[in-house]
Amino acid sequence: MKSFVIALRIFLFLTVLTGVAYPLLVTGIAQLFFPSKANGSIIYNGNKPVGSSLIGQSFDSSAIYFHSRPSAISYNPLPSGGSNYGLTSRKLKEQFEQRKQLFTSDNLLDAHTEIPSEMLFASASGLDPHISPEAALMQVDRVSGARHFSDSGKIILKNLIHQLTEPPQFLCLGQERINVLLLNLETDKLK
Amino acid sequence: MTILELIQVILFFALLIGLTPILGNFLYKVFIARKHFLYPALGWLERLTYKAGGINPDEESNWRTYAFGLLLFNFIGFLFLFVMQLLQSHLPLNPAHVRDVSWHSAFNTAVSFMTNTNWQGYSGETTMSYLVQMIGLTVQNFVSAATGIAVLLALIRGLTRKTTEQLGNFWVDLTRSTIYVLLPLAILFSIVLTGQGVIQNFHSYQTVQTLTGKTQEIPMGPAASQIAIKQLGTNGGGFFNANSAHPFENPTPFSNFLEMFAILLIPASLTFTYGKMTGSVRHGWTIFTAMFILLLAGLCVSLYAEYHGNPIFGNHALMEGKETRFGITNSILWSTSTTAASNGSVNAMHDSLSPLAGMVAMVNLMLGEVIFGGVGAGLYGMVIFIILTVFIAGLMVGRTPEYLGKKIEAFEVQMTLIAILLPSIVILVFTAWASVSAPGLASLNNNGPHGFSEILYAFGSAAGNNGSAFAGLNANTVFYNLALGTAMLIGRFGVILPVMAVAGSLARKKSTPVSSGTFRTDNWLFIALLIGIILIVGGLTFFPALALGPIIEHLLLMNGITF
Repeated sequence: MKSFVIALRIFLFLTVLTGVAYPLLVTGIAQLFFPSKANGSIIYNGNKPVGSSLIGQSFDSSAIYFHSRPSAISYNPLPSGGSNYGLTSRKLKEQFEQRKQLFTSDNLLDAHTEIPSEMLFASASGLDPHISPEAALMQVDRVSGARHFSDSGKIILKNLIHQLTEPPQFLCLGQERINVLLLNLETDKLK
Repeated sequence: MTILELIQVILFFALLIGLTPILGNFLYKVFIARKHFLYPALGWLERLTYKAGGINPDEESNWRTYAFGLLLFNFIGFLFLFVMQLLQSHLPLNPAHVRDVSWHSAFNTAVSFMTNTNWQGYSGETTMSYLVQMIGLTVQNFVSAATGIAVLLALIRGLTRKTTEQLGNFWVDLTRSTIYVLLPLAILFSIVLTGQGVIQNFHSYQTVQTLTGKTQEIPMGPAASQIAIKQLGTNGGGFFNANSAHPFENPTPFSNFLEMFAILLIPASLTFTYGKMTGSVRHGWTIFTAMFILLLAGLCVSLYAEYHGNPIFGNHALMEGKETRFGITNSILWSTSTTAASNGSVNAMHDSLSPLAGMVAMVNLMLGEVIFGGVGAGLYGMVIFIILTVFIAGLMVGRTPEYLGKKIEAFEVQMTLIAILLPSIVILVFTAWASVSAPGLASLNNNGPHGFSEILYAFGSAAGNNGSAFAGLNANTVFYNLALGTAMLIGRFGVILPVMAVAGSLARKKSTPVSSGTFRTDNWLFIALLIGIILIVGGLTFFPALALGPIIEHLLLMNGITF
């Protein structure tokens, strides 16, 4: 009985310490130093929140936008997740073939063009905000066509992709990538 | 694999080897109560905890009392978390209005977090209120890790003390691990993580109108504080369903590097601490080396499997279930680390790994989580294998086996075998049961051998207290919640109790001085023997099951066969 009381008292004390004080302390510091990031890196168009720079969106229905990666949850974050198909899954093989065809025909590519892998496979979170710069460049013809850009507009669009491409962090971590939502927001600003 | 990716892997391991003695030395000072740099800042908090608990920190106990206190404390934690989930809709801090958790899921999750497994049968963003995430899950993240360290400390005392019953004070070990080690590291990590974009707030979920005019509801919450400790404490239960693949949990390559590093940091450092506490730093590095070799071997097989083309997808990088910002190498480095250490967080979906990479993850779980392993738990699990190795080596030369001067006799070997065989039996028996029963098969997401792998992985993960999953398996059913919960309990306490008994028995013994006939435990011969024993025991137990799952799946994949 004595042990039980000790266990209970220590448990309650540690609960207050690690379950209340600790998260509140971290929240306080985070809100003070990184308010925008701690609140979800929300992007505003004027006053209207249009998304988070960390959470991908689906642009598949629209030819004027660069498309994101395939997503097992159609970019609905509640809840996040992947397809969880194994490599010997017939469904995965079918999806892979379909996506390959669709990306090729949508973007008027040569049938033998090697398409970047991330455009053929669904991401882990279903919310991947990035694609590779190569995948973005392959979509330039379609996007500028749908927006009736001139040839010089197309070049500006290509330059925009180079500008927005994030290099590996600190030169050595992760991969080169481009944020699709930010790219589309900037593309909207082009004439 | 590019040069850039190779550099990341080398950087990762160089930092790990570099920080092991530094943190290991600090842990040593904390655990033997020598003055350290955090003592002036946090000593009052330690004393306050003793006061709050009404305990005398100088009072020590035998192994039974120590283990009893541990069980009581864990049981209270379980009960608290279980009840809180059942009532969460009536409690504050629930802006998403999530409903009460079902009894079987609440049981599974409460067991899972208490046992340092942190299996996610639920989706955080649609199931758990902020209150449960904070006061329930985060707390268990801390104390289950501290519990693991406490068991390790008792075992070390059993090995180093002579002719005594006293193994230390559980409450003191628990308190010191939490206050001086886990809490400061977690604060530091969570702040750096928010600087990278991990969220930490109490807002309601935010609805936005996307560029194409659809609505998207973005979840919020105090995520960073939980993510820091779930990585450091080898817990692994994510704030969101996609765990560390979710951009809010792991937004950048740097956050990924840090979170991945946090998985191995404390378990690796503890090998140094162990060496120092048992009087042979060299022995600590010997254990580190054995673990490191096993980790590297697994990593190499996994990387080979992922970068090797196959007839179905050609030479396309296998990006299914992986994130663009991490790429293949960082996903595989993570999948190997998180299963070697019993962390279980993921930054890629293990269900979609290539069969051999998935097999390496499974083998890591099945070997009993001793390749660095859980905080504390990995090392006491490894000591169990060391005792077995010393015993077998003793049989080979016909001499009474000794370890660190303590004679290894029938009782220790019996306990060792229980600790090794119990989790293995649980994995195989439960997997067999689920593979032939309707409720077991109804949850599968994949057909063919991969479906079997999903089941095998689940029970390996539960019994190894890992928590990662082939997540296609719908484990949120009465059958799986109860079966996996039971596997976690046996995998945790079926090892802790024999280890405590061994500690108690060793403490009572005299110490034999080292002689020229003593079998050395700090050289390459010992490393080779130890690795051999681990692989033979693991291989003999699990090879047939692996042959039915990932091995045959690999052969089928190479022939382009799908299901």
